[in-house]
Amino acid sequence: MWQGEKVQPLMLHPVNGSPPKSAGLALEKISFAYPNGPQLAFDLKVEAGDIVSVMGPSGSGKSTLLNLVAGFEQPHSGKILIDGRDVTGLPPHQRGVSMIFQENNLFPHLTVEQNVGLGRSPSLKLSPKDRKAVASAIERTGLRGKADRLPSALSGGERQRAALARVLVQQNPILMLDEPLASLGPALKDEMLDLIKELHQSQGMTILMVTHDPQDALRLARTLVFLEKGHIVATGTTQELLREGAPSALTDYLGGRGV
Amino acid sequence: MRFNRRIAAGAFALAFMGVLVFGALLGLLQEGLRSTGQTLAVFDGYLFRIARFTLWQAVLSTVLSIGPALLVARAFVRHPSFPGRKLILQLFAVPLALPAIVAVIGILALYGRAGYLAPAISALFDWRWPGTYGLSGILLAHVFFNMPMATRLFLAALETIPSHQWRLSTQLGMGGMASFRFVEWPVLRSAIPGVAGLVFLLCVTSFTIVLTLGGGPGATTLEVAIYQALRFDFDPQRAIVLTLVQLMLTSAILWLLTRFGAVLTGDTHLPIGSRRLLFPGRLERILNHTIIALALLFVGSPIVTIVLAGLKADLARLAMDPAVQRATLVSLALAFVAAGLSVLLAFGLVAARRSLELKRRGSSAGFFEHLTDGGVLMVLVIPPIVLGAGWFVLLRTSVDVFSVAPIMVAWVNAVMALPFAVRIIRPAHDAASHRHEKLCSSLGIAGFARLRLIDWPPMRRPALLAFAFAMALSLGDLGVIALFGSDQVQTLPYLLLQRMGSYRTADAAGIALFVGILCLSLMYVAGRESAAADAPSR
Repeated sequence: MWQGEKVQPLMLHPVNGSPPKSAGLALEKISFAYPNGPQLAFDLKVEAGDIVSVMGPSGSGKSTLLNLVAGFEQPHSGKILIDGRDVTGLPPHQRGVSMIFQENNLFPHLTVEQNVGLGRSPSLKLSPKDRKAVASAIERTGLRGKADRLPSALSGGERQRAALARVLVQQNPILMLDEPLASLGPALKDEMLDLIKELHQSQGMTILMVTHDPQDALRLARTLVFLEKGHIVATGTTQELLREGAPSALTDYLGGRGV
Repeated sequence: MRFNRRIAAGAFALAFMGVLVFGALLGLLQEGLRSTGQTLAVFDGYLFRIARFTLWQAVLSTVLSIGPALLVARAFVRHPSFPGRKLILQLFAVPLALPAIVAVIGILALYGRAGYLAPAISALFDWRWPGTYGLSGILLAHVFFNMPMATRLFLAALETIPSHQWRLSTQLGMGGMASFRFVEWPVLRSAIPGVAGLVFLLCVTSFTIVLTLGGGPGATTLEVAIYQALRFDFDPQRAIVLTLVQLMLTSAILWLLTRFGAVLTGDTHLPIGSRRLLFPGRLERILNHTIIALALLFVGSPIVTIVLAGLKADLARLAMDPAVQRATLVSLALAFVAAGLSVLLAFGLVAARRSLELKRRGSSAGFFEHLTDGGVLMVLVIPPIVLGAGWFVLLRTSVDVFSVAPIMVAWVNAVMALPFAVRIIRPAHDAASHRHEKLCSSLGIAGFARLRLIDWPPMRRPALLAFAFAMALSLGDLGVIALFGSDQVQTLPYLLLQRMGSYRTADAAGIALFVGILCLSLMYVAGRESAAADAPSR
């Protein structure tokens, strides 16, 4: 049905209606520990509409930070504010946060269309308007003609695009990505970074992304947060931190493979 | 703590099992305490003889099954492209799927006094073949069941040898003996305790085979003695003591087994082995081919006999026989209910365990979680006949025990199939949960929508497989029904036993063929489903 239409596959526009308002994010004196694990403590303020890359050695608490914001883990004390609203006790889906993981972002037994549709209605009860939004999101992430495919018939990059299509229909003010590029090759990685950038430009949401690669951080993120042993040890603009006066913990982590 | 539906389901499943087990124990205890003096009097030479025979036949059966199985498994692993290898290995899975009573018919029709082999043996040795009742019959049947299973388990262990070891062995020019010593034996040695333990446990708790091929004072095991004490002598005291001895025995074996880390539910899946190119010498080739041929003959001939003897029966008349028709309906209905129940309970346990595991996030598992996990295996300690016996004693004063037969049969069979159902369902469930848990809570998919859209689709195949498996298991079971069966409530195995008892051998063979086909087709469908599910999806 979209055959005759001319669409630029990678141009992202808000799907249906106005773009979601971006929201500021704050972690106030959050403390958390896994059973038998070390104590983690986070204090962080993220401006509305910022793109933040979260870096740090493995085990430093990057994913935990995201899990706390998303609501997969409950902090022992402290508050999480999204757009000034205390969301600490809320279940994940009521926080206005979309999340993309390294893998397993799609249900393998559901088609691309269904997977994206779940972003609109968790019971897949879609109105005609919802369906249109889903179709348009699939189109705009360059998955035209693949709506009826199962995730197993997609490439790794296409699977991540489908997850991004779902983010598009979810219209949440915050997007978090937990190493979304780790399993992609260099070319696909660039493509995904462009896609995320465009998503940000059109939707204006606040983005947090965990990454290992300083190049990714430089290309995408205005702000960089560096973690070590469960604490935030450095925050600043990506340019400054990576190019100039990086703290010793960060230079050690980069191991002279700076930029 | 918020109410959690999944944990509640697990608690319900545990309660369902617990009531069955503790009701049986209560029945036994209550009766035992009522007349302690009489109960103690049962500890006599008879009990000692029976316990000794139980262990003795199990030891012999285990040795006779394990020894040849080692040879056969090794022969298979040394010839990865043996003609018909896959087919033979599939045939080796058949005895496991065959109800014991059906296999007994095959063994009797082949080795019995009037069996196919009797004239040949009598002529050969100029001596009237006495048949296979007693110890020899029991051993034959146990080896028929367990040797192929042990072969498959050993082969599964051997297939885990990585291909670089095989490459190294051929490159170094290892012959059969050297390869056995350095490559195969280390793997086999670590597999033997578990496999032998499993076979031993199965033989100690074997009921149908001993009931039909043994019996008599010289060849009775504890389980059969329990049945005889209740059904014929009506001596509850004796039954209680026998049951306690049996429970102690099986618990001890099970305890030992879990220490060796045995797979108690006898996995029948064969992994796809590593690619290997072997060059066995001429002598080894001949030897191995002979071993495989002999094993094939031993396992195959009773199966062929079941078919031949069954076809000789007046099948048309049997099909019109109202008793057969009724038993078929009763069997199918009870097996259906038992299987459905078993799958539901398994889901409850599996979901509760996973839910508890997610909740504790890495801290060590609590008591309740252990119950939903290892607690399921508890039922393996308690043979169905013991469960049946306990309830029989408990209920006999208050209700007509024969009228509760359907409930007891479905209940006990559902619980007995539970460890197998859990084993089939749990890996798929936990894998799906691992993939979906965060995604679901992130998208807010919950409740019925989650069940319909997310949880059920990937679980459909394992659920069907577990259902078919449980149904086949209870369709062929002659444990509880032997105690509770009567003219009013008959299942196919019970009817078969009756026809055997009244020397209507042709009828029995016909029914056996029918039951065998029913069970095998269920297992076949289940096996195909699971093979399809195992195949890589991309």
